Formats: sequence, C-alpha cells, structure tokens
Amino acid sequence: MVPENLRYSKEHEWVKTDGNIATIGITHFAQDQLGDVVYVELPKVGATLTAMQDFGVVESVKTVSTLYCPVSGKVTEVNSTLEGSPETINSEPYAAGWIIKVEMSHPAEVNGLLDAKQYADLIKK
Amino acid sequence: MNTYSPLTDQDKKEMLATIGASSVDELFSDIPKEKRLTGLNVPAPISEIELEKEMTALAAKNLSAKNAACFLGAGSYNHFIPAAVKHLVMRSEFYTAYTPYQPEISQGMLQAIFEYQTYACLLTGLDVSNASLYDGATALAEAASIAYHKTGRNKILVSSVVHPEWRAVLKTYAKAMDKIVEEIPYDPATGTTSLSALKNALKDDVAAVALPQVNFFGIIEDLSAAAETIKKNGSLAIATFDPISLGLLTPPGELGFDLAVGEGQSLGNAMNLGGPGLGMIAAKKELVRFLPGRIVGQTVDHHGKRCFVLTLQAREQHIRREKASSNICSNEALCALTATVYLSLLGKNGLKKVAELCLNKANYLREKLAAGAAPGFALAFAKGEPLARAAHAARAPSPIFKEFVVKCPASPVALNKKLAEKNIIGGLALERYYPELKNHWLLCVTEVLGKRDLDYFLGLLR
Repeated sequence: MVPENLRYSKEHEWVKTDGNIATIGITHFAQDQLGDVVYVELPKVGATLTAMQDFGVVESVKTVSTLYCPVSGKVTEVNSTLEGSPETINSEPYAAGWIIKVEMSHPAEVNGLLDAKQYADLIKK
Repeated sequence: MNTYSPLTDQDKKEMLATIGASSVDELFSDIPKEKRLTGLNVPAPISEIELEKEMTALAAKNLSAKNAACFLGAGSYNHFIPAAVKHLVMRSEFYTAYTPYQPEISQGMLQAIFEYQTYACLLTGLDVSNASLYDGATALAEAASIAYHKTGRNKILVSSVVHPEWRAVLKTYAKAMDKIVEEIPYDPATGTTSLSALKNALKDDVAAVALPQVNFFGIIEDLSAAAETIKKNGSLAIATFDPISLGLLTPPGELGFDLAVGEGQSLGNAMNLGGPGLGMIAAKKELVRFLPGRIVGQTVDHHGKRCFVLTLQAREQHIRREKASSNICSNEALCALTATVYLSLLGKNGLKKVAELCLNKANYLREKLAAGAAPGFALAFAKGEPLARAAHAARAPSPIFKEFVVKCPASPVALNKKLAEKNIIGGLALERYYPELKNHWLLCVTEVLGKRDLDYFLGLLR
C-alpha cells in the first residue's frame, strides 16, 4: 500500500507532482493508524505554506493529528468533499481522499522527500 | 485531637523531626521579626446557638431582595423562582454532581445537560451549545477566543454598552493571548451602539464584533442589519443576550449572528450576592469544533437504547493544548440544571409571560417618569427612539426591555441611601462605569415588583 509513483514525508503525508502542482494527502498507513476519520480541518485557499509547516488537522475516533505540508508553496485547492465525507480518507487515501493542492515555490524540495522504498522501510520499523 | 485541627502534637513532632527543624517557628525564620504577627486578637469561641444568633443579626443588616423592593439589575436580576425549581434541583442525584468526570456513569446528569443545551439552542436560534461556562463575562471572552482562532485575525470590536465587567474580563483574556480589544462608542443621543463608528472600525484585522441585543442601558438595539455587515468583512458576529428577553425578542441566530453569549442567572438562579453565574454560549454548526468546554451528545448504546455521552472529546483542549482556543474543561452543572428545570416549568408561553411582565412593568414606571411623575427626574437617551418602528415589529413592542436610564436632580448614590431606609434597593449609579453619565441612574423592573411597589417608589422620589 505504498504506491511507487509518490513521494513521502516522515510525518506520513504523500505528495504527487504534476508540473508545479503538488497534491498532498495522508498515506494508507497513516489512515490505518488513525482509525475512522471523523473530521478534517482544511486551510484556506491562497494560504502560503513553508515546507513542514502545519496546515490542518485530521481527527479520528481515537486521536487528533496535525497535518504537515511536505513542500513550500501556495494552497490552490482544498478537497471540500472531506468536509461532508471525511471517511473518504480511510477508503481512498491516495485518490478521492487527497487533502490539498499546492503550487510549489521550490519544486526541488520534492527530491528531498522519501521515495516509496524508503517510506516502506520507515513504516516497517 | 480537635475536630478542626487534623494534626496532633505527636504528628507535628514527627514531621519536624523528618525535615530536621526544631520548631514550626523556625520555618518562618526568614520573615523579619517585626513583620510577624504576634498575639492574634480574636474573640473567644462561642456555642453554635450563640453563633447562629450572631450571624442572623448580622444578616438582618443586609437589605435583601426577598424583603425589599429591588430596582437594581445591571447584570444580576431578581426574577421570581418557583418553589419547585429548588425542590427538584436539590434532589441528591443532581445536587452532588459536579461537572461529570466519569461522565457516562451519570446518565441523568448528562441528560439534564443535553436538555440545557437544547434550551440554549431554542432560545438563541443557533445550532449548538456547550454544557455551559462560568458566567456571561467569560462566555464573551471564550467567544472572542473562538473568533481569534477561527479567523486568524487579532482584534475584537466590542460595543461600549456591553456590560462593563464583561468588557473588563474580555480585555484580561485578550491581554494574556496578546490580542486586541477595541471599544465601539455609543451614540449619546440614543444610548445605542454607534453603527457609523462600527463601520469605520470594521477593518480586515477584525476577528469579531460583539454587539448587545439588550444593552447595558436596557435598550433593545436594532441588530437586524448588523450581522450581515460584520460577516461581509469576514468577521464573526457575536450577540450578547438576556435569556428572559428571548421570550419576546427575535433569537440572535435568526438575526444572522454566528455566536450568542449570555448570563443565564436570570433563569431560576438566585442572585446570591453576585454569583455564581451561568455562562451561556451557542454557535452556528460550523463552529462546533471551536466551542470550548464540554458538549453532551445523544446516541444509542449497543442495545440500541437512547443514551448520552460527552461528545467531541478528541478535541484540542485535551490532547493538543498548545493549539486550543480554550483549556476550560469544567461547566456550571448545577446552575445549568437550575436553568433547565426553570425553563421546563415555565415552558415557551411562561417565559414569554415573564418577559411581557418585565417589559410592561418597566415601561409603566418609565412612562410615569417621562410624564413628570417625579419632578426633576428625566429619561435619558429618549431622543431618536425608534418607537414607531418597534410598534410594527411584533416581537419587539418597545425599545427598552426591563431596564432604563433616568437622569436624577442629584447624586443617585445619596438617593439610594435614602431609599434603603424605606426598604427599597435603588438602581445603579452609572457614573461608576461611565464617568460622563453623572447623576444617571439605571433602574430595573422585573415581574416580582407590583404596581403598588412602583407607585410607592414614585411617591418617594417626589
């Protein structure tokens, strides 16, 4: 459950890049650890974030966890589906459960993130 | 061993030996001798019978709202409390319950709080209420804290005719959070919040604006357009309310306000020399994650039966304190219960009746004074009163609710002293909070005062 085409942060966010745009969500491992997600607090579109800045909160029946943005940039879109159906994060963490899209100001930051193998090793520990 | 001293001499000896001190006095050796108290001059102990006599005699020196006609309001109100309220609240199942710490075991208490929340929502016309806060003042401060967190802005605008002590508490909270509170002046002609001053102050750093539905001068403010103006600016709209007045007035939620805060003491709780109060806070659904304190929810157990739980518990104040909008984890369980019992006994029509009685009686006294029943006394803020318009609004038949301001020929402080001799508790001398309002007197009339009380009072002013 660690797709090859994505990059990962140590805080269990995934990043998919398409040109300058990075789509960000949390991994299958993260949603599994959290349990049923009941609420996602999203940032405002237009907010400027620096790498590893917290941008929101994901709340499950067990706990509340801060979301960190793995790359620097400006929020261009938030997944408003999550406001009504936060459980989408559990069912489709890598697809419909994406959280935000960011226009990257330093696209090279992506190279510093974990690749699928490194992330798979991280969650094995 | 004495009943009131838990330590025997032997206990003390052992404790001193353990810490290596020779006497209790030695522990205070750092305090200079001349600063220490020697020979405490207190009377000899007396028996319980003597004590009760002494305390009763002392208490009789107070002018009690039970035995006197009370014209003092200004935040704490002498409303009638049906005997059944106390009887039900004093049941041991309720009376011993503090805010529940092993909540789900106290289903009765949780149900009572759930019903309290339901009443708070019905009264305010908003979606969610918490289990209550300490008093109206802290409820306002918590609402401001929600606004700072929700909007990321750092300034609250508050009307200068919101209760002065509430504003003081708001400023204390804001100072600790490194935030700003700015006051909007009132219009000296009308005694209501200056809406032009509000518009000028409404900049993009404003997190919220707090406006009174019934202001400190007793005037019902026209808030019909205010919420929209505030929200257009991206700020939250907070209304302060008097719960009794909501028997007649349009609920703040229906006027478009995001948050409503009020002092719930009026709902069946005695004045008790000023406290405890009951902080009421209600909000629109989208703010539920920001509501401080506890919230009781209704659900079903594994047998499918209705039950109650503390809900939204995995929230910031418990596990992410550094991010929390508030760290309050308590509520005013007994006062909230009292309000619930009071409201359930009165019902919708009963509350409306109480509100009407306050409104009509206060206006009776006010009109008498306006007509010159007491020479030298004049109504303040009578200019520009929207009387005609109010007559059309079915739920707001008059611009004052149960309090109004009178300009006296001399100091109301001296007047209050004279009235006290006649077994009357006079109004508030407003100069204490508003230095510009010299000789201005804030009078309150609730349903407990009869026409005879009001006429007697007028007679004494002549």
